[in-house]
Amino acid sequence: MAKTPVRFTLNDAEAALFVDEGANLIDVLRRGAGDLSPKQGCAQGTCGACTVLIDGQPHLACLTLAETVEGRRIDTTGGLAGGPQLHPLQTAFMEEFAAQCGFCTSGMLMAAKALLDRQPSPSRDEVAEAISGNLCRCTGYEPIIDAVMRASQRMRGAA
Amino acid sequence: MLSVQTCATLDEAARQMGDRTRFLAGGTLVMRGVNYADPSFDRIVRARTMPCEIRSDDTGLRIGAGATMADLLAARDAEILHPVARMIGGPAVRNMATVGGNLFAAHPYGDLATALLALDARVEMAGGATEPMETFLAGRDRQRGLVTAVILPRVTASEFRWAKISRVKPKGVSMLSIAAWLQGGSRITDARIAFGGMGPTPLRAKAAERALRDRTLDPAGIEGALAACLDGLAPADDALASEWYRREVAPVHLRRLLLREAR
Amino acid sequence: MTSIEFRKDLFADERDDTLKEIGQPTIRQDILGHVTGRTPYYDDHLFDGLLHMRAVRSPHHHARIRSIDTREAERMPGVRRVATARDVPNNLNTLLSLINFGKDDEPLCAHDKVRYKGETVAWVIADTERLAREAVAQVRVDYEVLPHVLDPEEALKPGAPVVNEVYPNNSFDYHERYDHQKLRFGDVNAAFARADHIVEAEYQMSPIEQAPIETCGAIAAPEQNDRYVCYTNTQALFFSLGTTAKLLDIPSSRLHFIGGTAGGGFGGKVDSIVEPTAVLGAILTGRPVRFAWDREEEMQVGAPRGAERWRLKDGVMADGRIVAREFTGFFDSGAYTRLSSYAIVKGTGHLPGPYFIPNVAANVYCCVTNRTPATAMRGFGITAVDFAIECQMDRVAEAVGMDPIELRILNAYRDGDMKAHRRKAKNTALIECCQVAAGKAQWPLSGEAMAQSSLTGGGTPERVAIPETVTDDEGRIGERRAGRTASTAPSRNGRGRVPSGQHGATIVAAPPQNPDMQIEADRIGHRMGSETPPSAMGPASGAAQPSAPYRPASQTGGSIVPPRPTPPPAAPPPAAPSVPPSAPPPASPSYGTQPPSAPPPAATPGAPHDAPYQRPAAPEPEPYRPDKPFSRGTRRPGSSPFLSGTRRR
Repeated sequence: MAKTPVRFTLNDAEAALFVDEGANLIDVLRRGAGDLSPKQGCAQGTCGACTVLIDGQPHLACLTLAETVEGRRIDTTGGLAGGPQLHPLQTAFMEEFAAQCGFCTSGMLMAAKALLDRQPSPSRDEVAEAISGNLCRCTGYEPIIDAVMRASQRMRGAA
Repeated sequence: MLSVQTCATLDEAARQMGDRTRFLAGGTLVMRGVNYADPSFDRIVRARTMPCEIRSDDTGLRIGAGATMADLLAARDAEILHPVARMIGGPAVRNMATVGGNLFAAHPYGDLATALLALDARVEMAGGATEPMETFLAGRDRQRGLVTAVILPRVTASEFRWAKISRVKPKGVSMLSIAAWLQGGSRITDARIAFGGMGPTPLRAKAAERALRDRTLDPAGIEGALAACLDGLAPADDALASEWYRREVAPVHLRRLLLREAR
Repeated sequence: MTSIEFRKDLFADERDDTLKEIGQPTIRQDILGHVTGRTPYYDDHLFDGLLHMRAVRSPHHHARIRSIDTREAERMPGVRRVATARDVPNNLNTLLSLINFGKDDEPLCAHDKVRYKGETVAWVIADTERLAREAVAQVRVDYEVLPHVLDPEEALKPGAPVVNEVYPNNSFDYHERYDHQKLRFGDVNAAFARADHIVEAEYQMSPIEQAPIETCGAIAAPEQNDRYVCYTNTQALFFSLGTTAKLLDIPSSRLHFIGGTAGGGFGGKVDSIVEPTAVLGAILTGRPVRFAWDREEEMQVGAPRGAERWRLKDGVMADGRIVAREFTGFFDSGAYTRLSSYAIVKGTGHLPGPYFIPNVAANVYCCVTNRTPATAMRGFGITAVDFAIECQMDRVAEAVGMDPIELRILNAYRDGDMKAHRRKAKNTALIECCQVAAGKAQWPLSGEAMAQSSLTGGGTPERVAIPETVTDDEGRIGERRAGRTASTAPSRNGRGRVPSGQHGATIVAAPPQNPDMQIEADRIGHRMGSETPPSAMGPASGAAQPSAPYRPASQTGGSIVPPRPTPPPAAPPPAAPSVPPSAPPPASPSYGTQPPSAPPPAATPGAPHDAPYQRPAAPEPEPYRPDKPFSRGTRRPGSSPFLSGTRRR
């Protein structure tokens, strides 16, 4: 099977991989680059567990042809902390019980980060809108919205 | 096994289309097929650059086929389509799904195509030919070409109405959708009503359109349209809803749309 | 975080309220992994050369398999192995055989017949998932489509197609007697005749898919010590281990199962299908193999909570007291039993709900249909019947013109009341729940209703009496299919009578359906029927099993430990033990080289009962020497290679 070279930035590190023709981004990130933080829940773009940021914008890795990310910047939950210090979103999720089984959490964090990066002071409705492409079967969403609101307050120095 | 061919431009890609081949734009539909090994294709063609410009002038609105739903939402010129684009998928899907791709979306997807049908859009193909949405949709299963743009006439925003009926709130796939372009003000001079989810493609409810001509938008005025709205439609029967259910509720949702009743 | 309100005023004298954890903020022990993307779900283990396994599935609800042609699939690029039923060493099982309940009725892979849409007919193992899918599409199966039945009541009719030959009556056989569970308490028909109102209704719940965000899946791989490791998201790790050992005829000591983390389960990850499949793939290919359901399979093939239909008939007095309640319940188990037989037992045990009703009758059926087999989901076995019961209570309230919450308070059981299962209710709290909920909802209740309490009014002579109970013999196994029993509801003409005050005959679980299925409880460190409570039970040493019989504490003269294979010489017992024999167990596990019992030295002579317990002075440790050298698996004659029982031959 032919292989295609792809180069991209993954959480501040350079990645260079050979990928199968037709491979999708989530397989390449998980098995190719060894970043297991994006999760596969449906492979059809309905659950959002595979949400990653491409050039800062949320995308579904399961529906992204891997070679299309050539030269682009990808951020995943695995790189959210950027060191020993957790991102305020991560701390807020922990404090607000915004995860139970944890399988949707990676995607939720990416969707939330994309929101706070462009809108540091969202309303609850805006948070709900931002995570509207991410399904959760455990929490009922309210703790997640609480966590994003709390994180946004902290990031603005307001709490 | 799947092969991928990357071309520089859309025109080049159009020349590469063929049997068992799909064109990859945003990926929200084609990659589903890849992931589930859809047996109907084993080759993907894509273009490194896609026309995504959104531009309006006094003749109308031109949208490049590569424009995503997010691009539409960011463009003031495309404001008329904002109510539709806003309800397609979630933020990630909107960053990926293209206008051109939505024209080919099989039920239950294709909200934008439904709206464009009501708005009398024309579809421009690679090579330059254009055709009305209606004939494009009727022939899309046999379509070999690639869409380069959709062109809408000038539409006053207040004349356009949109309803997306889904079971999951606030976002979920359409069970059925209704787009209506009602011209004339208090007495309708021309109506175009398109349903999604009520046929193999978005379909116009032409009997209802005729029944609205010269009428006012009040309960008495729309009675004829409601009675005729199912003519020519073939409601889908699927996991979202039965054919019976769609038949029952389509006139109800049309009534609410025409009378602007709260849902 | 949502707040908790404590109602410490209720049942205040029944508990110690020094709560250390409940109501205090805490951080989930696993949430750091969740928010950093590091929680290791089964699929987060990378293997070189991982192969992907996909199933060929039946498109028909019910069909005979005439032939399976895998030749084309075997030739496709990247295909490593195509497997069928032939490749499963022991291709018949039922989940609860591990606890000795039910008959083996389900193959891991169909061979002569498919019984539900989506049932596995063959497997393909290939280099990539896509290649596996493409090869699956090339497997040709010749089906002879059979008539199917998708409704539990239709399945019980005499002419219905037989779904599963192991249960030829399309119903689970209970206690070797009846095709349903019977509950009888008092005389419902006499009470209906006395009642002022009869309230009858039918309720139904469709199958409900658990739909966790993570689908069921497992990765199995050969390990270098001739074992197979299996990473799985099962909710039932030991069931999965035992089921895999049994289906694949492999000693459980050769299986290394790693679970504990699931991306949601809700009961949908208990059926232990993906693990035996993945391990089989690893055995057949000698490579790591991943077998997981995609989203469509999780919906269609993954077992849902079973559909249920309930008919309730209540006899109600004008003042709102429910004097009789009759249930006819149907649980759609789908094509195979799995856990449904047990769900019905659980559901029947739940009847008639948290209410004091002096006459209760129930017939509850576990029906076999051509639907996807059902399994557990949140409140397994009782969710649908509770829905029916509570809707019925509202209907009853309407019939007698009473407030629905006050009706519940009136009929609620109180401490000491006799329940239909001939046990006294205790620790009841429905009344207080109703009162508090009504207060929160600002739903006005009368002073009388607010004055009721679970602690008073129950257990009076009329409420604690076990009434004379009418029984019947209708619905014996096979009668329904033969057309001899028409009605599924409890009999109108019961002839048997169990005198009042009697608990009736105890029905225990049926004896093992097959003499092979013996439980050898002491193999896994359990004791059956012993009166002394087990305390310091050390694990068995190595593979060698204790050969000495278990001796109760009074005979070993000290703490309770399992007998040792090579007991070192025991310290001589003192003339007068200074501490009673029920001394607390030694602080460290007593396996290994410490003596089984050495009475502690007296600390203060003359005050034996005040002496603090001291650890016995350990003699010089002897080198460990098993009486049988280590050998792979267990070779003891008559022993089972399975964790909890003997395999079927």
